[in-house]
Amino acid sequence: MSSLDKETVRRIAYLSRINVSEEGLSELAGDLTRILDFVEELQEVDVEGCEPLTSVADLTLPLRKDEVTDGNIQQKVLSNAPMTDAGCFVVPKVVE
Amino acid sequence: MSYVIEGSTGPWEIVVGLEVHCQVISESKLFSGASTKFGNEPNTNVSLVDAAMPGMLPVVNAQCVRQAVKTGLGLKAKINKESVFARKNYFYADLPQGYQISQFDKPIVGEGTIILDMPDGSTKSVGIERLHLEQDAGKSMHDQDPKYSHIDLNRSGVALMEIVSMPDIRTPEEAGAYLTKLRAIVRYLGTCDGNMNEGSMRCDANVSVRRPGEPFGTRCEIKNVNSIRFVMQAIEIEAKRQVEVLEAGGEIVQETRLYDQRLGETRSMRSKEMAHDYRYFPDPDLLPLVFDDAFISEIEKELPELPDEKKARFMRENGLSAYDAGVLVAEKEKADYYEIVAKGRDGKLAANWVITNLFGALNKAEVGIADSPVSAENLGKLIDLISNDTISGRIAKDVFEIMIETGDDPEKIVEEKGLKQITDTGAIEGAIDEVIAANPDKVQEIRDGKDRMLGWFVGQVMKATGGKANPGMVNKLLRDKILG
Amino acid sequence: MTDLTKLTLAEARDGLAKGEYTSVELTEAHLKSMEAHRNLNAYITETPEKAIEMAKASDAKRAKGEAGKMEGLPIAVKDLFCTEGVQTTAASHILEGFKPEYESTVTSKLFENGAVMLGKANLDEFAMGSSNTSSYYGNAINPWKGKDGKDLVPGGSSGGSAAAVAANMALAATGTDTGGSIRQPASYCGIVGLKPTYGRCSRWGIVAFASSLDQAGPMTKTVRDAAIMLGSMAGHDAKDSTSAPMAVPDFEAALTGDIRGMKIGIPKEYRVDGMPEEISKLWDDGVAMLRDAGAEVVDVTLPHTKYALGTYYIVAPAEASSNLARYDGLRYGQRVMDEGDSLDDMYMKSRAAGFGKEVQRRIMIGTYVLSAGYYDAYYNKALKVRRRIYEDFANAFGTVDTILAPTAPSAAFAIGENEGDPVKMYLNDVFTVPASLAGLPGLSLPTGLSSEGLPLGLQLIGKPFDEETVLRVGGVLESAANFTAKPSGLEG
Repeated sequence: MSSLDKETVRRIAYLSRINVSEEGLSELAGDLTRILDFVEELQEVDVEGCEPLTSVADLTLPLRKDEVTDGNIQQKVLSNAPMTDAGCFVVPKVVE
Repeated sequence: MSYVIEGSTGPWEIVVGLEVHCQVISESKLFSGASTKFGNEPNTNVSLVDAAMPGMLPVVNAQCVRQAVKTGLGLKAKINKESVFARKNYFYADLPQGYQISQFDKPIVGEGTIILDMPDGSTKSVGIERLHLEQDAGKSMHDQDPKYSHIDLNRSGVALMEIVSMPDIRTPEEAGAYLTKLRAIVRYLGTCDGNMNEGSMRCDANVSVRRPGEPFGTRCEIKNVNSIRFVMQAIEIEAKRQVEVLEAGGEIVQETRLYDQRLGETRSMRSKEMAHDYRYFPDPDLLPLVFDDAFISEIEKELPELPDEKKARFMRENGLSAYDAGVLVAEKEKADYYEIVAKGRDGKLAANWVITNLFGALNKAEVGIADSPVSAENLGKLIDLISNDTISGRIAKDVFEIMIETGDDPEKIVEEKGLKQITDTGAIEGAIDEVIAANPDKVQEIRDGKDRMLGWFVGQVMKATGGKANPGMVNKLLRDKILG
Repeated sequence: MTDLTKLTLAEARDGLAKGEYTSVELTEAHLKSMEAHRNLNAYITETPEKAIEMAKASDAKRAKGEAGKMEGLPIAVKDLFCTEGVQTTAASHILEGFKPEYESTVTSKLFENGAVMLGKANLDEFAMGSSNTSSYYGNAINPWKGKDGKDLVPGGSSGGSAAAVAANMALAATGTDTGGSIRQPASYCGIVGLKPTYGRCSRWGIVAFASSLDQAGPMTKTVRDAAIMLGSMAGHDAKDSTSAPMAVPDFEAALTGDIRGMKIGIPKEYRVDGMPEEISKLWDDGVAMLRDAGAEVVDVTLPHTKYALGTYYIVAPAEASSNLARYDGLRYGQRVMDEGDSLDDMYMKSRAAGFGKEVQRRIMIGTYVLSAGYYDAYYNKALKVRRRIYEDFANAFGTVDTILAPTAPSAAFAIGENEGDPVKMYLNDVFTVPASLAGLPGLSLPTGLSSEGLPLGLQLIGKPFDEETVLRVGGVLESAANFTAKPSGLEG
C-alpha cells in the first residue's frame, strides 16, 4: 500500500484536534503507513458471513429505571475546571 | 396539487425532507440519572457521566427506550428489536465526551408513515425513513462576555428522538402540515411536548429544487428553525434562492444554512476547510439494545387513540367533514373537549359551536383550550337549550358571549336574564297581528308573490318580541296568517 | 520481627488476624520501603498520610471484630483508577493536578474490604505501552537489573504496579490489562498478574483506554494472593453496562492443588518463528510440570493467532481515539489558551501539550482507521477478524480446560533499547493480545529465569468466567516451578 501523504495526515491531526509540527506530520505519515501493513495482513483473512464482534460480553444492554438518582453536584462538576464563571465552564468565544 | 416556482426559464419543483429532533419526556437523561427538568441553575442537572469525567460510563434509560418505541408505533413504523448505539465523534464546547452517543446503522425504529391533513381537507402520505435515539448537547451562551463563551451542560445527555422523513414533501404547506401532525402525534402519545419555541422540538429542513420529472437536485440543510411558520417560510425562500442560482448558470453547493427571519434570507453557516467526518462506530461501552415482542406489546396496549383514528371516528360517528374533524383532532385536548360536548348530542352542531364559536373566541383572546372559560359541560348545556327550544340560536350566541365573560352555567344565565324563548302561540300571534296590522301594503306584496318579504316580517316579529320568539314558529304562523 | 515487606498478602492477612503486628506497622514498613526505593519511580503519587489514616481505621475496625477480606493490607493503586481526592493522572501531563470527586468501583470495593492505599503507581501514559517509558512522570524501573547493571523496563503498561510489588514496596497492586498490561509486566518483574474475564470487574472510574478490552486485575507475589485480591475487586456493577451479572465465587477455594485429569491446551501457533530458545524451553518445562501433576496435555490450534496483533492495533487505537476526546482542557486537566485563541486553538494546543508522543500517535492511528472511506476495510474488518479469534478459543475450549503459553517473547529489556521502533515494541504483546481480544481470563506467573538471570513468565488462559480453573492450574504450576529468585536490584 502506498504511503500516506502529508495532507491526509494534516487532516487526521485536525480531526484529532492535536497540533502537529511539519516534521511531526512526516513522522506520523510513517507511523500511519506502518499500520497499513497490519491492515493489509488482515485482508487475507476469510470473514465470509462473519459478523463484526463489538463486544465479548455475551450480554444485551441492561435497562435502567427512569428516576432521578444523580446530579445536583454543581461544585463537584466544576471543581477541576481551569476556568469557570457563574456556574458555567468558560471557553474562548465561539462564533457560530 | 403541485407547487412550482416559476423561474425565468420554466417551472421548478421543490423537494423537501425534514429531520425533527424531539426531546423525550422522561424523568432522567438517556444515559445518566440526572434530572431533565427545565430551568435549573447551570450545571446542576449534571452528573459526572454528563460532565464526561474520566472513567465514566453510560447506562441506558428504560423509559426513553419505551418512548421511542411508542413514537415508532404512532408513526406506524417498523420497530427494530435489535438496535445499536454508535458514537458520532466531533469536537465542540457543548459536547463534553467529544462524541455524541447516537444510532447510525441500526436505529431503534425503521420505516413508517405520517398522513398529512391539508387545509383543503385532502390528505397526503409522507414516508418516515427512521427514528433513532441520541443524546442532546449542552448549551453555549455567547453573550455573557466579549471574549468568552459560557457552557452549561444541563441539557447535555437529555434523550432526543431524531425523526427523519423521506424526501416526499413537495410544498411549504405540506412541510407545515407534517410538523403539525408530528407534533400532534407525539403530544397525544406523551413522548414529547412538541414545543418548538422552547426547543423541545427542533426542525432541520433539507431543500432542493428540480425541473419536473428530473432526478433530485443537490440539497442544502437549513438548521434549527424554531417555528412551523418559519420552516415554511425558510423552505420557500431557500427554494427560490436555489432557483435563482441555477437559472443564472450556477451550481448548488451542498451546505448547511441558517434562516434569518428578520432579513428573510438563508445564510451559509461559517464552513470549515475540512468537512465533518464523524467516524461513527458502535459504542463499546454499550451492548446491542435488544427487546422482544412482549416488550413492544406492553407499549402497544398503552397507546391512546391517535389523531388519524380519532379523525376517522369523528367523521364516521359524528358525521363531521374531514376538515372539521381534522381541526378537532389537531390537539388531543381539543378533541377531548369536543367529545364531551358532542356526547348524546348532534355531533355536527357540537362541532360548529366548538370550532366556530369557542375556538374563535379562544383564538381572539389568545387563550388555549386548557384555559377555556367555557367548560365543555356548559357548552353542551347551551346546545341542549337550543335543541329543546328553550332559546333560539340567535339568543344562544348572546348567552355564549356572556359565558365567555363569566364562565357561568348557561341555564343560570338564561334564567337570570329572562332569555327564554317565547313558544306560546298566543303571544306570538299577538305580535304577528300587530305587525301585520301596521304593514298592510307589505302583506299585499307577499300575497302577490313576493315571498321574500316574509323574512322581513319574521325580523319585525323577532324585534317586537325582543328576539325571544321561536323563529320557526313565527315563520309558520306568519305564513298561515298571510297566505292562509 | 520479620521484614514485613517480604510477606505475601496471605501471610500478612494471617499475621494481622493473629495480632502479630498491626496494619499501621505493616503500612509504615511499606512506606519506608517506598522511600528506600524511590529511585525505581514506581509511584507517581505517594499517599503516606492517607495510608496511615486508613491503617489506623483498619486496626480499629479489626478491634471491633469487623475485619474485611483485605483488612489492613497495604496496596499500590495503578494511577489509572480514579481515587477520590487523590491526584489521578493516568501518567499524563494533561491530567496533572486532576483530583477526582469520585472513587472507582474497583478501588471502592478494595477499600470497603479494608485495603490501605500506599499511593498511585506509575504506568505508561493512558495505559498505552508495554515498557512504562512513556509516563510524563518518568520511567518506572524494574527492580531486576540487567547483567551489566543496566536499568531495565518493568514492562507495561502497569509497570509501576509490577515494580512496586516486585520490590516489596506494596503487598500487592491493582493493574489494568488491555493487550497484556498486567501479564507482561508481571512476567518482566517476576510476579503474578491476573487479567480477569472481560466484565468480571467494573470499569467504572477507570480512565478508559480501549473500552472493549480494558479490564482491572490484581498484581501480586503469589497465585493465592491474586485469588484473594480478585475476590475483593470483582462483582457486577450497575453503573457499567458491560459488567457481567455473575456471582463472585470464592476464588481462594479454587486452589485445591489438584489438577489430575485436567486438559491443558498447547496452541501450536504460539510457537512463533524465531522464538528464543529459552522461551521455548520455559514452555516445555511448564508442560512437563503440569503433566507430572497429573494433567493431560493436548495440542490445540488457534489458527488466527497471527492476525491478533494487527487486529489489536486497529481496534484499540480506534476506541482510544474516541475515549480520549474528552481530554480537551475544558472541564478538567491542563488547558493551554493564549490571547485571541479560538476554541479549536485551545483544543489543539492543550492536547498537543498535554499528551505524550505515543498517545498522540495512537489517537491519530485510531482517528485514521475510523475515517470515512476506511471504516469498512480497516475497523470493521478488524472486528470480524476479532470474532474469528474469539471462535478459535471457543473451539479449543471444547477439548481443553485451560491453555498454557509463554507470556512474553523475552525477558525485560534495557530502557531505551527498543525506543523508536514501535513495531518491536508492539511485538512485546504478541502472546497476550489474543486473550484480550477474546475477553478471556489470563494469569501470568514466573516459572524460570533467562540466561541473564531475569524472570520469565508463563500464562494460563481460561474459559470465560473460569478464573477458578486458571488459578487452580496456576497454583500447581507455581508450586512445581518453585520460583524463589529475588530481584538483584534490591538491597537486603
